[in-house]
Order: sequence, then C-alpha cells, then structure tokens
Amino acid sequence: MAVNHAKDGAPGFLTTRFEALLAWGRKYSIWPFTFATACCGIEVMGAFGTHYDIARFGAEVIRFSPRQADMLLVAGTVNYKMAPVLVRIYEQMLEPKWVVAMGACASSGGFYNNYSVAQGIDKFMPVDIYIPGCPPIPEQIIDSIVLIQKMIDSGGSRARDRWPIKI
Amino acid sequence: MTDKQPSVVLAKLIERFGDDIVATHSDFGDDTARVNRERIVEICTFLRDDPDLLFDFAMDLTGVDYLGEEPRFEVVYHLYSLEKKHRVRIKARVPEEDPVIDSVIPVWVGMDWFEREAYDMYGILFRDHPNLKRILMYEAFEGHPLRKDYPKARRQPTVGVEE
Repeated sequence: MAVNHAKDGAPGFLTTRFEALLAWGRKYSIWPFTFATACCGIEVMGAFGTHYDIARFGAEVIRFSPRQADMLLVAGTVNYKMAPVLVRIYEQMLEPKWVVAMGACASSGGFYNNYSVAQGIDKFMPVDIYIPGCPPIPEQIIDSIVLIQKMIDSGGSRARDRWPIKI
Repeated sequence: MTDKQPSVVLAKLIERFGDDIVATHSDFGDDTARVNRERIVEICTFLRDDPDLLFDFAMDLTGVDYLGEEPRFEVVYHLYSLEKKHRVRIKARVPEEDPVIDSVIPVWVGMDWFEREAYDMYGILFRDHPNLKRILMYEAFEGHPLRKDYPKARRQPTVGVEE
C-alpha cells in the first residue's frame, strides 16, 4: 500500500490493490474460536486477559460459534472420541480460516501415547501453526497470531491449500 | 498376618457364607475377601442389609487383569458404610473363557456406570445389567484397551472422520 500524505495535512489519497486492502483489514480482525480441552485452555485465558491482552493484535473478539470465527485455536488433548466433534467444528467455519495446534497434545499427542488420544490433530485436519510447549506461555499464542498476520499480509499459502497431505 | 483374628466384617462373612469366601486378609488394616463369583449378589445384599455391616455406599467397582493366571480377571468392589464408618474390599475372580458375573445394580443402583466401565476396559460381562454398553470408548472401538494383551501401539481408525 502507498499512502500519499499532503504536507498541509489535507486529506490525501491512497493507492492499493483490493487484495492488499482486504488482507490489511483481515489481519487486524482475526476472530478466534477456542477449542480448549485441557490445561492449555488456562493459558489461552491468560493470553486473552488484561495482562497479555491479545486485543493489541486485533484478535480479542472471541467467537463462541465457529461460523463467525477465522481462527481455530485447538488448545489441549484431543482424543479419538472427540475428533469427529473437532472436525465438525472446523468444517462449520467459513473461509478463509486458519488452524493453530496449541501445545504438545494438539500437535503430536504429547505424552499421551496410548489407545485413546489422537496423535496430533493434523491426522484429520490441516494445521497452519504448531505451538510447542506443555503448556505454552501466552506470548507463544500472541506469536502464532502475529505469524498468521504475516501469512495474511504476504498472501502465503495455507495448510488447507496443501490438504490432504499425500506421503 | 494369618494368625490375626479376622475383623468383625470378615468374621460375619465367613460365618454366613462359609466356603464361598475363598480367602480373606486384613493386610495394612484393609479388610479384603475373595469370594465365589456365583454368590456375589447374595453376598452384597448381606453386606448392605446386615445391621452390623450396613455397607450402604458402593464407592467403586473395577476390574483387574492378571494375565497368565487362572482365572484371569478379577472384579473388585470397594464398599463403605456411612453408618458404621468401616470399609471392605470384595474380590471375585472371573475366568477368561466365561468372563461373566452377576450385576450388583439390584443392590446398589450406583454400580451401573462402574460395571459399564469394567466392561469397556476389560470385557467383563455383567449378567442382567440393563444397559451394558461402552461408557468411555466409542461404540465402534474394537477390543478392551486395559487388557494386558491389548497392543500398546495399536491405533484404531477415527470414526466419523475422513482421513
């Protein structure tokens, strides 16, 4: 985007592409939907609270319906019984959408290497950002939002565009 | 521990049921009785109703897999009396080829979900249970995951998700 400033403070004009303008608006209004199933959810609350205040990055409007959300924040352990529920929620979200797997459990199953826990949500849905940690600190959640903002800004491809992954 | 006098609870059980009480001990102050599975409902009804025992609180029911032993499975009942403030553990062995024991829901209605859990995790069948289906795992899950011979690395397809 290029902004022409008039020296006397008079209103100027701005030239841009529509996509860039859209991305600029989009990246400062990421509406998250939190899918918190374990202790990571507590850190999410910390990130949204006054101390870390994720509102500084335009992502404070937490949606409790996936139909209004842009970003799915999967915070916590997802077991096989819960997987269809999570996929249903993901499918209800409107495009464009981003998925953040927060913490070791959502990313890889964590230390729950057993019969009941899904070994990472990327087994059944595309994941854009993985946050390591058990649980991660709120700064890492902020970092994931900043990374998504960069993805939006640069028009980078999303995990959904590469889905399903064929090995 | 064997030369000790059995406690009131165990003494009453032995007196009433005789040979159907296979073994008893009170190690570490925990009264425990191994009983014949055929008479579990009778024994539990007695424990609940006897004026000296009054086990009105069925705290827990769980299964144990003693792989390699015969009989293989064990059902453990943890009972407490709110009136008398005493506890007892009742254990009943169940063989692998016929893993059936009578349901104690007629005695303590709260045992319903515990029995379903034992069925889900160990495959122990509770005769006359009104709703014996899985409680923790999903319906399409195959096998019983807490059995010692359930492969540790076995993963089952995620139902309801197109992979």
